[in-house]
This record gives sequence, C-alpha cells and structure tokens, in this order.
Amino acid sequence: MSHDHDHHHHDNELEPMAARVRALETILTRKGLIDPAAIDVIVDTYETKVGPRNGARVVAKAWSDREYADWLKRDATAAIASLGYTGRQGEHMQAVFNTDETHNLVVCTLCSCYPWSVLGLPPVWYKAPPYRSRAVIDPRGVLEEFGLSLPKDKNIRVWDSTAELRYLVVPQRPSGSDGWSEDKLADLVTRDSMIGTGLAREAA
Amino acid sequence: MNGPHDLGGQMGFGPVAPEKDEPYFHAAWEKRALGVTLTAGAMGAWNIDESRHARECLHPADYYASSYYEIWIKALETLLKRHNFVTANDLAAGDAVDLAATPKRVLKAENVPAVLAKGGPCDRPMDEPAVFAVGQRVRTKNFHPIGHTRLPRYARGKEGVIDAVRDGFVFPDSNAPGQGENPQRVYTVVFTAAELWGEGADPALTVSIDAWESYLEPA
Repeated sequence: MSHDHDHHHHDNELEPMAARVRALETILTRKGLIDPAAIDVIVDTYETKVGPRNGARVVAKAWSDREYADWLKRDATAAIASLGYTGRQGEHMQAVFNTDETHNLVVCTLCSCYPWSVLGLPPVWYKAPPYRSRAVIDPRGVLEEFGLSLPKDKNIRVWDSTAELRYLVVPQRPSGSDGWSEDKLADLVTRDSMIGTGLAREAA
Repeated sequence: MNGPHDLGGQMGFGPVAPEKDEPYFHAAWEKRALGVTLTAGAMGAWNIDESRHARECLHPADYYASSYYEIWIKALETLLKRHNFVTANDLAAGDAVDLAATPKRVLKAENVPAVLAKGGPCDRPMDEPAVFAVGQRVRTKNFHPIGHTRLPRYARGKEGVIDAVRDGFVFPDSNAPGQGENPQRVYTVVFTAAELWGEGADPALTVSIDAWESYLEPA
C-alpha cells in the first residue's frame, strides 16, 4: 500500500478532509445506512482486483485473434464481458482502434467518465482541470506532456465521454512482437496506451 | 448548467501533471471517500445524474480549489441532506443526532462484488426509429439550461456529422432533477477542430461527443 503524498494532501487525522470523511462515515454507520465493511470490500476491489491489467488482456487478445478484434470492434461490451470484465462504469463499452493514420484519445470534459471495468479507477490527472480542459482543444500539446510527440500529419480523434459510453483505446501492436503469447503481449499494454496518452511499449 | 465542471476548451490550468507509478489513492481518507460515496449511493435515493449535478453545483471557487474526492464528499453531504439522511446537526456534531429517512436498501459487504459486477446499465429499448443516420450533418442546439445537461458548452451550436447511432439511454437532463428517465437515442457526433475552435485550429484534429437526440437538429 502506497502512502505517497502529493502536495495538497496529507494522510493525517488532523487534515480537515480526513476528519470530515470520518465524521460522515460515522454518522451514516450509526444510523444504519451504510456498512463500513462494504467500504473495505469496495476499496479492496479497486486496489487489487479491477485495474488496467483487465484492459491489457482485452488488447492482447485483440492483437492475437482477428475474430476477437472484429467482435471487439462491433460489440465491445459483449467481447469484453466474455473475458469476465463487466460492471460499474463499464456497462456500455466502445473500443477505438489506433491506425497508421489516426491516433485516438479519450477524455471526459464534464466529469471523470472512465471505463472502470477495464482500467480501474482513473488517475488524478484524468480527473483534473488541466487534462479535461485541454484534451479537446490542444491534444498534441497534452500528449507532449506525456512524452508523446505525434507527427503533424497524424490525425487525432478525441472522444469526449459525454454520455454513458465508455471508451477503450486499442493501441497499435508493436513491431517485433510476432508470435508472442497473449500474456507476453499484455505486458506491452500500458494504462496510458488505452486512454490514448501513450503508446504500447516497444517489444524488447 | 454553465458550471465549473464544463471544462472543455478552458484555459489557464497549466500543464497536465502525470505521476510516475501513481497510487490509486493519495491518502487513506480518499479510500473511505470512494467507499462512502458508493455505499451511500447504493441506498437508491438518488441517481448518477443527480449526483453529477450536485458536484457541478459547487461554487466555482470551491470546485477548482478541491481535489476530486473532496468534490465528491462535498456533493455527497448535499445529497444526504436533501434526502433527509443527514442533517446540519449531525454534521456539526460529527455524530448521528437526528433521525434519518429509511433507505430503500443498505449495501452489505457480502453483496458488494455482485453489485459492482452488475453495474447500472442505463440503456433503454426505443420503439421509435432513429431520427438521424450515420453520415448525416447535424447541428447541436445552442441552449444554456440552469439545470443539468451533458451537452458541453464548447459543442453548442456547432455543425457536425453523425458518426454512430447508439441505443436509447436515460436522459440526464430530466433524470437529474427527478423528472423521470425519458430515454432518448444517443448519437456520436464528430466535429472538425475548425468548427469548434475556429482560426488556427489543428487541421488533423476531430473531436466527438455523445449527444442525446434532443440536443440535435438537422443541419
């Protein structure tokens, strides 16, 4: 468990938000409205069970299995569910495939819509104003901040998740990965490559 | 509403700050904030659209000064008060003082995996055929409702092309204030950067939104 701190927040009982959340949990628990053990299970689910490894398996299978890739293109919700990844914030899925011509990038300018069932909880930057404000107007500049420079003539398609569809980017398969197993391929698939703020790792 | 949440195209927030090996939570209270929000939501007193709107209604100065889980908690207090589960007395005391409304259900630990795996699908069957077809040119409406909407400001009054015809989905604009689901078909509409951003726009950029049918008219 990480206890890294960013510059705003301290994991300290004197911190006002810590006290505020603890008070709320206490009030709701004493009134019998919530079960604090349920909170433990929710946290454990998103810390240890549901994360970008799910999405990486979807991508690796799409890279290895043309029929699966076609299914993923046609009906991502069903194709992803077939691997056991379903549920909250993944009820309605669409996979978008990067090509030589077009790079896809996903954002939610209005809140923080994100495909939890395949990527887990969104990172802080995805939910914060700099990314949400600029991804739709200056995506090339945003990508530079992730260390990704795309050629000027490469098309960028930004998907703003304004409804209940959740988007999964399928990055391009790295060259030199021919014949690799799905497990080995999945190791090349980063979370950022499935948001569009990165590419898959190079095959070493 | 034209709230602080509607960020597309705003400027001045500085660079994106990706963190290497970012942890899921940056403090222990964030874990409880996620869990309290989800378990309280599971009481069934409000829907996701109402909870989004509660976050959007934070004062802009408060919204921008708050981390994401702070926004969640502040909005959750509003929802809990609105639906009579928590009172100002409770919050002032930091303890259960007043009686609470009776929830539809209480999420127990043993039911969490099934509830998360099921999610909350919000697609709804539509009897009427789709009004718009793939490839058709449409214009988004120019409106500025004081209530909840999912049509971002940067994409209002803009001409685009229908890229995909989706299923019917619960309509957030009426669902958030408790006026019913009133499902409508959703369309993915793609715009050129020149249409959205005008002079100097990136010629190789297109942006799409997912728009409910009533947000659109033929171009």
